[in-house]
Amino acid sequence: MAAEPARGRDSARPLVVAEGLQRHFDVSRPLLNRLLEGHRRQWLRAVDGVDFTIHRGETFALVGESGCGKSTVARLAVGLYPLTAGRLEFDGQDVSGLAGMRGRRSAAIRRRLQMIFQDPYASLNPLWRVQAIIAEPLQFFGITPSERARRERAGELLEQVGLSAADVAKYPHEFSGGQRQRISIARALAANPEFLVCDEPTSALDVSVQAQILNLMRRLQREHGLTYLFISHDMAVVKHMADRVGVMYLGRIVEVAPRQTLFNRPRHPYTRMLLDAVPSLDKRERRETAVRGEVPNPVHPPAGCRFHPRCPLASERCRREEPAQIRTRQGGLVACHAVEEGRD
Amino acid sequence: MIRTRQGEPLLSVRNLRVEFPTRHGTLVAVDDLSIDIHPGEVLGMVGESGAGKSMTGNAVIGLLEPPGHVAAGTIHLAGQPIDPGDENVMRRVRGNRIGMIFQDPLTSLNPLYSIGYQLIETIRTHLPMNEREARERAIALLDDVGIPAPAERLEAYPHQFSGGMRQRVVIALALAGEPELIIADEPTTALDVSVQAQILGLLKHLCRDKGTAILLITHDMGVISETADRVAVLYAGRLAEVGPVDAIVRDPSHPYTQGLMDSIPRLDTEREFLVQIEGSMPRLSAIPPGCAFHPRCPHAWQRCRRERPDPLPAGDGRAACWLHDRASAPPRRTPRGDSHGR
Repeated sequence: MAAEPARGRDSARPLVVAEGLQRHFDVSRPLLNRLLEGHRRQWLRAVDGVDFTIHRGETFALVGESGCGKSTVARLAVGLYPLTAGRLEFDGQDVSGLAGMRGRRSAAIRRRLQMIFQDPYASLNPLWRVQAIIAEPLQFFGITPSERARRERAGELLEQVGLSAADVAKYPHEFSGGQRQRISIARALAANPEFLVCDEPTSALDVSVQAQILNLMRRLQREHGLTYLFISHDMAVVKHMADRVGVMYLGRIVEVAPRQTLFNRPRHPYTRMLLDAVPSLDKRERRETAVRGEVPNPVHPPAGCRFHPRCPLASERCRREEPAQIRTRQGGLVACHAVEEGRD
Repeated sequence: MIRTRQGEPLLSVRNLRVEFPTRHGTLVAVDDLSIDIHPGEVLGMVGESGAGKSMTGNAVIGLLEPPGHVAAGTIHLAGQPIDPGDENVMRRVRGNRIGMIFQDPLTSLNPLYSIGYQLIETIRTHLPMNEREARERAIALLDDVGIPAPAERLEAYPHQFSGGMRQRVVIALALAGEPELIIADEPTTALDVSVQAQILGLLKHLCRDKGTAILLITHDMGVISETADRVAVLYAGRLAEVGPVDAIVRDPSHPYTQGLMDSIPRLDTEREFLVQIEGSMPRLSAIPPGCAFHPRCPHAWQRCRRERPDPLPAGDGRAACWLHDRASAPPRRTPRGDSHGR
């Protein structure tokens, strides 16, 4: 589907390249407690060495359970958090320092990448009219200098996302959750970005509304040649939206593969467990591998392979040595000793 | 404990109406809802936010937030009428005969008391046991719900448990008084899928072993289809459809359920675009006349705009839709969307 990159120029070069992304959060006790009680500094390694590339016009999805670091990756990708380490490239430029950049250089990049957040109740300013919300990027990036042109453009954007141009005069509380998410999308599209980071865009919505938003996102991708980084915990939604999928576990990507490969022939034991755990509409028979355990505290990740305490295939080597990513015959990448040794 | 007679439903709700008086008039959150749950059965109740599913559960167990109240209808438990407004009656019903599991395990456990204290207190409230017997039973319950080293864990506090383990403790609490029915309101919504699978499996096994019936309230059709025996679909406070879960998942009779099923992204099929039901569920203050679904329904005709349909026999269940009125069937139109075949 998105094999044909929509935006021309350098079509062979990926739009986004992430290498060894790391983001650590300081979760230490306060200084006084550390001095008096002898606690050490503690770091939560939310994202701990993540690599991926995203091609133009493609949807790359990151999927995983809570605490795996997928939302942190989303925020790193748009420069909402500074990187602890690693390198981020956007359209051939090094944007690793985007979070700290100010002024014109930052604006030139930020205009081209926008974000859609999970909670449409929290991501729209309740005191602003829809007009002001959608026009803000137009004004900020100096795209549409005249007030009247901005009003017109805001109406146009609303119509693109399936609302009425007259809705510009309303406030966010006058809309339902699904309609608010449409407003978020209109705002994200205002500056004509190329790359949209969508962090659980439908998780707060009911299923029938989710279908409307997913269809809208797909239509807009076609029309505008957008590239998506799509973050979700829902395997079925990811399967519907993604071209390629990365599965995250405790700050690492454990498997990356084209959608068909990942869903038809999952290799990593964690991917298999996740797929098996999804409640199915065609019910009951499945559940071959028993799902066990929970995601451990990311402040103290297990040694060796981080998944080993929950893994049915764990060996002595898995407990000691962290697996490196290996390429599979189907064109995916898997970080698993059992797959490497042919024990899977 | 009073047990039901052969073939008689354990819980029978008839024409339940829950109202919320507000400054702008009375909102009807549950409107003329009738359901039965048989002993040992899992009845799934599904619907979108605001459809009235939690309201129904809270009404049955007498936990409606004022000013919400049951305005009409009857509730029978094992053949006996219960009045959810009567606090004296409900105190004996709650926990003893109907257990409750809420969505968020953190808010249903008291953070200031150990798990053991809360379990033992609950057991002694409902069963005639001394401290030592209750303690043994608490350990047995924790063991039943799959908590490792239960005797040591009695002294632990809720914050020392993970989300999944907390929900296991909540299930143990709900089972403590040996109820005949458990109302589980979105019991796995706050949990990750891998934990959800474990909790649903546990709930199902425990209830099968003990013969406990479950009213499973959720917005997730996948959860229903894996866990429930029958399913009731709610829309705008009304019953849209009820029937065996297999029949409703494979071949729903109500146009709303049909749209709902087709709008769910699935792992087993590929679709370019999902089928979407246009619009959204009406607010309680603006429920249209006639069938509440008619403005979004691809089959709607005159009668749907004027007359509210009662649940009529349809397929293996009942659907509140005039399409199933044999006396005067309207012209059927093919629904919108790209695929309706399953």
